[in-house]
Amino acid sequence: MEELTYRDAVARGIAQEMARDERVVFLGEDVALAGGVFKATGGLLERFGPKRVRDTPIAEQAILGAAMGAAMTGLRPIAEIMFSDFLAVCWDIVANEMAKMRYMSNGQVTMPVVIRTANGAGARFGAQHSQSVENWAMMIPGLKVVAPATPADVIGLLAAAVRDPDPVLFFEHKSLYGTKGHVPVGELVDELGKAKVLRQGNDVTLVALAAMVPRALAAAERLASEHGVSATVVDVRSLVPLDTATLLREIAHTGRLVTIEENPRLCGWGAEIVSIAAHEIFYSLDGPALRITTPHLPLPSADNLEDAVLPTVNRIVKEIVETFD
Amino acid sequence: MSQTGASQAAQDCEPDRATRLQLYRKMLDVRLVEKRAYDLFMQNLIKGTSHLALGQEAIAAAFGVAMRKDDYSFCTYRGHAHTLVRGASMVGVLGELMGRECGLMAGKGGSMHLTSAEHGALGSYAIVGAHLPIAAGAAWSAQYRGTQQVAVCFFGDGTTNIGAFHEALNFAAVWKLPVVFVCENNLYMEYTPIGTVTAVQHPAADRAAAYALESIIVDGNDVDAVYAVAMRALARARAGEGPSLIEAKTYRHSGHSRADPGKYRPTPEIEAWMKRDPLPMYRQRLVSLSIPEAELAAIENDVRAQVDAATEAARNSRPPPVELAFTQLWADGGFAWRN
Ligand SMILES: Cc1ncc(C[n+]2csc(CCOP(=O)(O)OP(=O)(O)O)c2C)c(N)n1
Ligand SMILES: [Mg+2]
Repeated sequence: MEELTYRDAVARGIAQEMARDERVVFLGEDVALAGGVFKATGGLLERFGPKRVRDTPIAEQAILGAAMGAAMTGLRPIAEIMFSDFLAVCWDIVANEMAKMRYMSNGQVTMPVVIRTANGAGARFGAQHSQSVENWAMMIPGLKVVAPATPADVIGLLAAAVRDPDPVLFFEHKSLYGTKGHVPVGELVDELGKAKVLRQGNDVTLVALAAMVPRALAAAERLASEHGVSATVVDVRSLVPLDTATLLREIAHTGRLVTIEENPRLCGWGAEIVSIAAHEIFYSLDGPALRITTPHLPLPSADNLEDAVLPTVNRIVKEIVETFD
Repeated sequence: MSQTGASQAAQDCEPDRATRLQLYRKMLDVRLVEKRAYDLFMQNLIKGTSHLALGQEAIAAAFGVAMRKDDYSFCTYRGHAHTLVRGASMVGVLGELMGRECGLMAGKGGSMHLTSAEHGALGSYAIVGAHLPIAAGAAWSAQYRGTQQVAVCFFGDGTTNIGAFHEALNFAAVWKLPVVFVCENNLYMEYTPIGTVTAVQHPAADRAAAYALESIIVDGNDVDAVYAVAMRALARARAGEGPSLIEAKTYRHSGHSRADPGKYRPTPEIEAWMKRDPLPMYRQRLVSLSIPEAELAAIENDVRAQVDAATEAARNSRPPPVELAFTQLWADGGFAWRN
């Protein structure tokens, strides 16, 4: 075991895969010489050279188009979109092209491409650099969607994404880059489509993703110590494929479901999980499901305003306690 | 076009006799398949929409002959021509248009998405401009792997006004990618004359300078001329000298799509271009080059027979099994999103 930041885990994950497979190439804005605007890709240019680690113009359609064309012809590109908000300017390539090419061609074309992007709020960047947009990707058939919460998961899930033959959107959370975690030494390869149970309780199951995972864990601590409520915490990790087996088992065990989502209210991933639970384990539920989300708003910039809309530990605890009253 | 090394070598290559016959045959393949597609529409055997390349055959045919078998091609919804010239079968193309199991994609793509990966035809794209950066990516992969393959990307005049065009051109130029961008300027973007919505006179060629590329304009109805330009651009790409942007002037004989009778086009304009129909023009040239009438007639009969046979085979093919709708979203063959 060694201690690693989430940020350094990104570079280690990419390096692990590039060292293993010549076909893995990496491109994006400011990723090579500068090592990324979040300093998550430092050292890769020095280690793998300018043929495999490439800076691009500010041209997101070109970045993802190039990654797609390369993926269709034998490479396994990792493309970086600096902020996930910018996916909106190249969404055609993601939603219409990468996601559909295999299906439309009846399997003639394979699309092993990974799009890494910095997602989420907490950095006071305002409405165009803070969104959680994993649900944009989740609703398109043909895209796999992953969002790691820990350094070990960054490496393991990134490796799984690179080795996967289908397009994967890999949402890194920008407020987690500075967090630390234990990471086993040596090669790390995880599996897409597996949720992780982080804490087992009896009263309520908290289902969370990315930066909401540490908040769910903190909320679970307080629920136990201050309110005598024992909570299970599940890190979804992968939205597509979705590990419904683990989720439904853990929800049924406590009989209460709470999703903790950073995205604005409508069509968040939690709505899908609530609907699956309502349909498939209705008779195992002991009370109404609760979705704790950012209200249906763009994100404001000032510290107190951003904190007022994001699900905080205080708000999570408060809303859950209210449902038990 | 800059003339260095390998591109110089290809420069003066006038097509020889055999190549000319190949060019003629490929144009004819496209012409007769497109005409058949039109007829099948009228019989309601082809549904949906369809964008014919009648009148524009010379461009696809010239590249089809000039390209190496392992090169990549990318085209638009107006892509029956570009798919056929790479070697995809007529049955596969007509079958796909008719929604039959024998179609190139067994009916899952349709007219606007013809793909034949085994022939390097890596897709027909129906979002204007999308395939330009994708073609650049295939070229990047060829450059990375050192295979000397070239990616050729066909698109229309209207496409020069969308962002992806400019992103792809700059990207390909900066990375010196082996890609040839071919703008088929048929004077219209859907129903709008291109001149009324474009700041420059030559929508592609006048933009080339912005990407440090030569301005290249060719008569897109003269298959020999397009062939010569294609050979030069392909050689330049293979020699590592980077991308080219070619503007081929041409005209479509029918409307934009099945739904469009093309009434907005002035009669004198149509008449002038019909006189420059690439097929009769080329046939005349071949005759004037002393190719016997009988040899041309034999090719014509042969292509006609092939189109008839392909039509029959496609008609007799079954609709795809319904289960097919639930396959090949993922590489494992299925579409599961949960366990
Ligand atoms: C992004 C996008 N915008 C609009 C359309 C609708 N559309 C389809 S074809 C077309 C005209 C394209 O003109 P051009 O590039 O000249 O190609 P041509 O049809 O003449 O071959 C338009 C506007 C589309 N498919 N995609
Ligand atoms: Mg046009």
